[in-house]
Amino acid sequence: MGSRSSHAARIPDVDSIQRETGFSQASLLRLYHRFRALDRNDKGYLSRVDLQQIGALAVNPLGDRIIDSFFPDGSLQLDFPGFVRVLARFRPVDDGDHGNRDPKEPEPLNSRMNKLRFAFQLYDLDRDGKISRHEMLQVLRLMVGVQVTEEQLESIADRTVQEADEDGDGAVSFLEFAKSLEKMNIEQKMSIRFLK
Amino acid sequence: MFLLLPFDSLIVSLLGISLTVLFTLLLVFIIVPAIFGVSFGIRKLYMKTLLKIFAWATLRMERGAKEKNHQLYKPYTNGIIAKDPTSLEEEIKEIRRSGSSKALDNTPEFELSDIFYFCRKGMETIMDDEVTKRFSAEELESWNLLSRTNYNFQYISLRLTVLWGLGVLIRYCFLLPLRIALAFTGISLLVVGTTVVGYLPNGRFKEFLSKHVHLMCYRICVRALTAIITYHDRKNRPRNGGICVANHTSPIDVIILASDGYYAMVGQVHGGLMGVIQRAMVKACPHVWFERSEVKDRHLVAKRLTEHVQDTSKLPILIFPEGTCINNTSVMMFKKGSFEIGATVYPVAIKYDPQFGDAFWNSSKYGMVTYLLRMMTSWAIVCSVWYLPPMTREAEEDAVQFANRVKSAIARQGGLVDLLWDGGLKREKVKDAFKEEQQKLYSKAIAGGHEGRSRS
Repeated sequence: MGSRSSHAARIPDVDSIQRETGFSQASLLRLYHRFRALDRNDKGYLSRVDLQQIGALAVNPLGDRIIDSFFPDGSLQLDFPGFVRVLARFRPVDDGDHGNRDPKEPEPLNSRMNKLRFAFQLYDLDRDGKISRHEMLQVLRLMVGVQVTEEQLESIADRTVQEADEDGDGAVSFLEFAKSLEKMNIEQKMSIRFLK
Repeated sequence: MFLLLPFDSLIVSLLGISLTVLFTLLLVFIIVPAIFGVSFGIRKLYMKTLLKIFAWATLRMERGAKEKNHQLYKPYTNGIIAKDPTSLEEEIKEIRRSGSSKALDNTPEFELSDIFYFCRKGMETIMDDEVTKRFSAEELESWNLLSRTNYNFQYISLRLTVLWGLGVLIRYCFLLPLRIALAFTGISLLVVGTTVVGYLPNGRFKEFLSKHVHLMCYRICVRALTAIITYHDRKNRPRNGGICVANHTSPIDVIILASDGYYAMVGQVHGGLMGVIQRAMVKACPHVWFERSEVKDRHLVAKRLTEHVQDTSKLPILIFPEGTCINNTSVMMFKKGSFEIGATVYPVAIKYDPQFGDAFWNSSKYGMVTYLLRMMTSWAIVCSVWYLPPMTREAEEDAVQFANRVKSAIARQGGLVDLLWDGGLKREKVKDAFKEEQQKLYSKAIAGGHEGRSRS
């Protein structure tokens, strides 16, 4: 009869996912339902096409880059833990995290550094740890489409790389990227709040 | 062996008696009122009783969940995340203002941080977008004793299971055969009736009979689904020479509207049972059926519709401009074809109450027969129909703006979300033209400071 029943016990490895991502049980349940809704043919995993079908994502100029971030290393299937792991970066930072965090534990997925890392990899197309001028140009081109001339775009890219580049290697490394954004309220700009 | 013989005849006669009783009941309580368009109010009573039972069932489930200290899955109609309604320009300005270590000189240029806006917006749509959820059945706040809408299986107590089992028995063993019998009666009466009427010479008597045959059969079909319909503002009902436009949730919409008014249908010629019904119907009064090949030819379609509309002796046309079934929480883009014809448009809003049975046809999940079976094994189909005042296209409007105006009126009346997205997104990807809009907006934000530069 096609019933869409699901509950926390049905999500595989729900405890380890909860620990890793920090999502509440209620949020995980909602995200699981969302995962199932996006999975149009009930495959049990998401493919690129499933995400591309989301109309509002397809009109986002960086839509393809965002979808790429869900499929690292050329994989073609996205399972629920992988799905939630990426979304966990956008969890708002709880103030409680900072105080009593055990320094030996891995950094929570939604820390400031990890949010910055996520943004960095949207620019770093070949994942070599640096944003080259060429990569900057490509991402800019995605964002403006055909609206801006090549020369203008090149000058913008040059200026941006020059401003952020400190060691003069013509590319922006992650540390340089983080430094140029140190005043930015990343916690707020890269966070999505769940409704209670 | 011989002892069984009198037993057999006893069983046979018992069966005979119960069938006769059943059919008499059917006739008296359902078919006769359908013919005359009156109602005994049995269905309303049924509805009230069911509501009380559902409320009780949900309370029990919540108690069960609390005992186990778990979370009950509750659907949220407002979405699961808090969305920021700021525009692209505002957000980018704010991002730059908060992060910029340079003095703010009003030349907007690209910043590394601009990416945050698109990134977050993209993630928000992955978590919750306006469109994807419109193509699957609406989630209910409280459980209605149907296994198909239950999200919290493990919290059902014994009492609840018994109740549910009773419900299954009633629905499948009593209601389903009753409904199938009614549907069968309704459809055969329609085919036979319209064919017979078709033999009469054209004239007022034929029209009168045709109208009543149609209405009667649709009313029987309405009872076959146990549809409890409330009509509002019947004074605005469509008239001859007009086009009736409504939001589309399922094929049942046709039956619901046609049982209260006399319309000319528009559609593609089908084979099989549908084809038989279509051919019979067109004998009694002119409906507009298109061959499969003609449907693609927009000019031909428009021409035939215009001809029909201009002949004021012909009935109002019934059209569903969304082009596909939506889950009745929103109204999607209306195709402009019917709004170009220039006739008066009579908008109608249909809102189903999914508590008693979800009428939405998810055509990617269920075929027609499965869908009808699901309909006939639900408790009831409850809906409200609002007839809105007629609208005509104004001088400065083009067809698309007119279509959007009608759509907003329908959405407002039915309490549905008014979306600009195309229902075709159910099956296809969105067009690239929309992405260009976003790109244009962003380009203005970063290149606006450079003068004399514009690419059209």
